[in-house]
Amino acid sequence: MSTNESTLVEHVHRDDVGSRMGMWLFLFTELLLFGGMFLLYSVYKFQYPDEFFLAAKELNTIMGAFNTAVLLTSSLTMALSIVAIQRNQKVLSMLLQMVTIFLALFFLVNKYFEWSAKFSHGIYPGSEELLSKSSGEILFFGLYYVMTGLHGIHVLVGIFLIAVMTRMTRMGKITHDNYVRLENTGLYWHLVDIIWIFLFPLFYLIT
Amino acid sequence: MSTVAAATGSNGHEPSYLDYKGKHSGILGWILSTDHKRIGILYLISLSLFFLVGVGFGFLMRLELISPGRTIMDPQTYNSFFTLHGVIMIFLFVVPGIPAVFGNFFLPILIGAKDVAFPRINLLSWYLYVFGGLLAIVAILLPGGPADTGWTFYVPYSIRTNTNVIIALLAAFILGFSSILTGLNFVTTVHRLKAPGMSWFKLPLSVWGLYSTAWVQVLATPIIGITLLLVAIERLLGVGIFDPALGGDPVLYQHLFWIYSHPAVYIMILPAMGIVSEVIPVFSRRTIFGYKFIAFSSVAIALFGSLVWAHHMFTAGMSDTGQFVFSLLTMLVAIPSAIKVFNWVATLYKGSIDLATPMLYVLAFIFLFTIGGLTGVMQGVLSIDIQVHDTSFIVAHFHYVMFGGTGFGFFAALHYWFPKMFGKMYNRKTAKTSFWFLFIGFNLLYFPMFIMGWLGMPRRYYDYLPEFHSYHLISTIGSWILIIGLLLMVYNLYRAIRKGKVVTEKNVWGGETLEWQIDTPPIHENFSEVPVIENDPYQYKMNEEILEKEETS
Repeated sequence: MSTNESTLVEHVHRDDVGSRMGMWLFLFTELLLFGGMFLLYSVYKFQYPDEFFLAAKELNTIMGAFNTAVLLTSSLTMALSIVAIQRNQKVLSMLLQMVTIFLALFFLVNKYFEWSAKFSHGIYPGSEELLSKSSGEILFFGLYYVMTGLHGIHVLVGIFLIAVMTRMTRMGKITHDNYVRLENTGLYWHLVDIIWIFLFPLFYLIT
Repeated sequence: MSTVAAATGSNGHEPSYLDYKGKHSGILGWILSTDHKRIGILYLISLSLFFLVGVGFGFLMRLELISPGRTIMDPQTYNSFFTLHGVIMIFLFVVPGIPAVFGNFFLPILIGAKDVAFPRINLLSWYLYVFGGLLAIVAILLPGGPADTGWTFYVPYSIRTNTNVIIALLAAFILGFSSILTGLNFVTTVHRLKAPGMSWFKLPLSVWGLYSTAWVQVLATPIIGITLLLVAIERLLGVGIFDPALGGDPVLYQHLFWIYSHPAVYIMILPAMGIVSEVIPVFSRRTIFGYKFIAFSSVAIALFGSLVWAHHMFTAGMSDTGQFVFSLLTMLVAIPSAIKVFNWVATLYKGSIDLATPMLYVLAFIFLFTIGGLTGVMQGVLSIDIQVHDTSFIVAHFHYVMFGGTGFGFFAALHYWFPKMFGKMYNRKTAKTSFWFLFIGFNLLYFPMFIMGWLGMPRRYYDYLPEFHSYHLISTIGSWILIIGLLLMVYNLYRAIRKGKVVTEKNVWGGETLEWQIDTPPIHENFSEVPVIENDPYQYKMNEEILEKEETS
């Protein structure tokens, strides 16, 4: 038993390039996942341009722009936290990771208010108010809820991942010479950010 | 499983992976093991069980169709059975099939690595697989009954029916995720863990097959993931994206579905083609003919195969330009497939052919795949497609490619690598007998479907006109012969694991690839020392020349 354990330890295998490659492949799958949705969006936008224009006016552009700024800032703090750990500034890195989490939560709270405002106006899937509108508008809001909802789930996963990273940094598992996990989490977070960068104009700015 | 763990076969100083004692013992040592070989065996066991369940549903469907009218079940049950048969066979057997079992077990060995790049993710993919599989089957027991939509889940029916469609969708989604993780793992493994000297063109051809497959798994599966999820959301919330009543477009669903599901056909067949390229040189003692053509044709199939999806929808409404382009692309895919077939046959030419069981399966593969492939080209022709669309001609074509192709490829791999995996040898005579049952049963079962489909027998129909009776009768009898062959094969292999002849010889078949240079069964980390690769993978001709020289001198 003991000899086997020692051989196990001997052969612990670390390949940062490999890990990053795996992460990028995973990000491809995420892009394609959202790609399916973007495809649906573009078909329906093409089919119902006027209704999409009308429906998009109901969205609060200022709130959307604000959230975009929040998410972009969080990407910055995420990137900075990686730079900090590279320079062996553990506390600063943890602080920046926590700021990222805070901004992500802030984004979700905003989203919550945005959605509940829509709900209070009776605009949600299956509501009478929405069903009385034209097909194009129903589809616009259908896509809006599904795509921002799916994005929201990704933000939640991101928050969880970054929290795990913060804990690992505190426990010394992420250090200045072994930070590939934090880097991969950063990659994931930038993806979440980038998807929002596309969602924002497609839903808020087409008016 | 305990019998497997108890099997002895260590030769040399290090214990084999079967006897290896890690952190956990007993069954935990298997279900918590991140050893790619043990995960391969876990997959083999679970996959075989699901396969037999799928066979059971197929058997009952065929029995129902033995005569017109009601025989043993009502139409609703029949609808559920063909759905379950499809979902289980596609998502639980053919798609994961060769990569999950033999890819896991042999890919690292074939490239000279100790394990895959992400062993823990590998184990996770097995758990997801089992969870997804159980979910698909549990739906049978729940009120509402199993889905009755067919494995394609076409809207709008799939959002209107009262059966448990959501559970089946979630199962397929989870299985897709498992498949993505396997693909991601294999791509990274092939890029990062090749042994020193193992260049791309020294890779065994099955690695090329698995590598191309892995890319399709990574790039195509997310699309079906989101599409199936959207159908579930549609059922739950009614957002309207696929619901024509709310302005959505059901044909868009078909597009998204086939953007994955057509490439998935190549996920299913490419690894089997890799197996064929592996087995043929060994049992004909010849260097593979046209190594680079076979390798690149795998990549070409993966590439073209991703661009032909709309040929499933020629009758669903599409522009003439669209039909023309997709018809042309469909025929183009036949070129790389044909390149492979020609190269295999050319390898056999003047070879000294040994008709061992793996070779029999491989030759059957070439025969059946050629029939399946050429009828596929027929369907790519627009005028013929309209005639045979949604008839049992399609069912026959599909089974010739997927069962005659991938299924037989899987059995070939199983008989080829079995002694290496378990350190035991099956009864060769019984293995050949079961092969002939399978081969004859297969053709009796599916060939009549070509004829009756051509004459107008629709697929998925519960009842039929009396004029089709004789074809259905032959087909059902064929299914019995096929199942006898299958059971005989399973029995033979199971018996071999329990009390088969122990094999300690490293190279049972005289193969040239790396797995035949390590212990039987392999040790925990495959290689005692990191191999350095100097030669191309299939050097049989040279062997013969060396032997001849030795004999003459």
